[in-house]
Amino acid sequence: MSDTARRERFEQTVLPHLDAAYNLARWLTRNEQDAQDVTQEACLRAFRFFDRYQGGSARAWLLTILRNTCYTWLHKNRQSDSTELFDEEIHNPELSGGADPEVQALAAADKETVNRALEELPDVFREALVLREMEGMSYREIADVTAVSLGTVMSRLARGRTRLRQSLTAELSRGY
Amino acid sequence: MSCDLTQRFVPGYMDGELDLVRTIEMETHLKDCHACAQELEDQQGVRALLRRSSLAYAAPAVLRDRIESSLRASAKADMEVRESGIQWRSVHVWRWAGAIAVLVLFSLSGWQFTARLREPSTDQRIAAEVFASHLRSLEANHLMDVVSTDQHTVKPWFDAKLDFSPPVEDLASNGFPLVGGRLDYLEGREIAALIYQRRNHFINVFVWPDSNETNSIQSVKSRQGYSIMRWSRDGFQCWAVSDLGGSELAGFVRLLENYNSSEPN
Repeated sequence: MSDTARRERFEQTVLPHLDAAYNLARWLTRNEQDAQDVTQEACLRAFRFFDRYQGGSARAWLLTILRNTCYTWLHKNRQSDSTELFDEEIHNPELSGGADPEVQALAAADKETVNRALEELPDVFREALVLREMEGMSYREIADVTAVSLGTVMSRLARGRTRLRQSLTAELSRGY
Repeated sequence: MSCDLTQRFVPGYMDGELDLVRTIEMETHLKDCHACAQELEDQQGVRALLRRSSLAYAAPAVLRDRIESSLRASAKADMEVRESGIQWRSVHVWRWAGAIAVLVLFSLSGWQFTARLREPSTDQRIAAEVFASHLRSLEANHLMDVVSTDQHTVKPWFDAKLDFSPPVEDLASNGFPLVGGRLDYLEGREIAALIYQRRNHFINVFVWPDSNETNSIQSVKSRQGYSIMRWSRDGFQCWAVSDLGGSELAGFVRLLENYNSSEPN
């Protein structure tokens, strides 16, 4: 394949998923400029490794590279920011039977509040929720991108949703 | 199904990710269990909230432009690296002259000479790629994919990503701590890049299997202030590159060599 053909194929196959890549980078770095830098770097890496892409979901493939790039970047540039590593087996979700008023309170949450609450979640929960709720990815795809088992994907989603609900409830009862 | 189990499967149930048997079990259980039904409702509430808040960010147009132009630049840079290895193939005028010259030399000196002529050009090409890759790894702020000083973390990481298992050793006790690993691309294949540190200098070690290689070690070459060294060991071709001085890099490679031979791999 000539260099031009290779680049054009890359642009047609992979670049349509640029929004998905930027979205994940934006949620992981929580900063616009950093997200742009990381996304650009990830796209260039993907281009260099493009020969290795064997069909299948180009989006999942790009997001896997993006995510690795992102965590490397975060590790290097935000050493003070202790990346919270969670062991789901230890931090078992407590079975908190939420009360109905909570659910109603949630409905009142505006976009900014939800945004802030999601940003404050630990990385592993945030990325699972972003991939599931914004990108609509299957558990299998999320498992591939984040390099964990299906069971872990499921428990991260559950734990992430529970935590998000708790922090929103707390926020709403405090602020309004 | 116990509540403990049901609660665990709530996300899979609401996301339509469970198999049929599990789904039916869940439905039966949810009909009778208020706590689990509540959990389901809570999670659905959060999911609905996330979806309706339209929180996804779109890539800015300026980023898209930047990426497209850097793809063009990157394709061009790769081509230039390759050209350093094919210089005289690309010069058409010299092609015939070259062929005739090789024929003459061949008849004069026999096999040995052509073997010597061919080998350095492959090495030169790889050296150019190794050098470019080293620079790129530092410039693009992308030295490592897996950051760890523990060889027992780095090795399995590679094993999961490559079709071969590169030897990974830590030389921290000799003043060359292993700091991480990275996937790289050389000679048309994926290879392992190991990163070592010496004071504030980095050493990239590139490793890939090469069954044609016999154990050997070559002297240090320098290129624009960087030292490059190549050796073969146990069916692997290895290259080290750094801005360390030549003798220091050679010392490092010898350490790595000795480590390999004392540790079965």
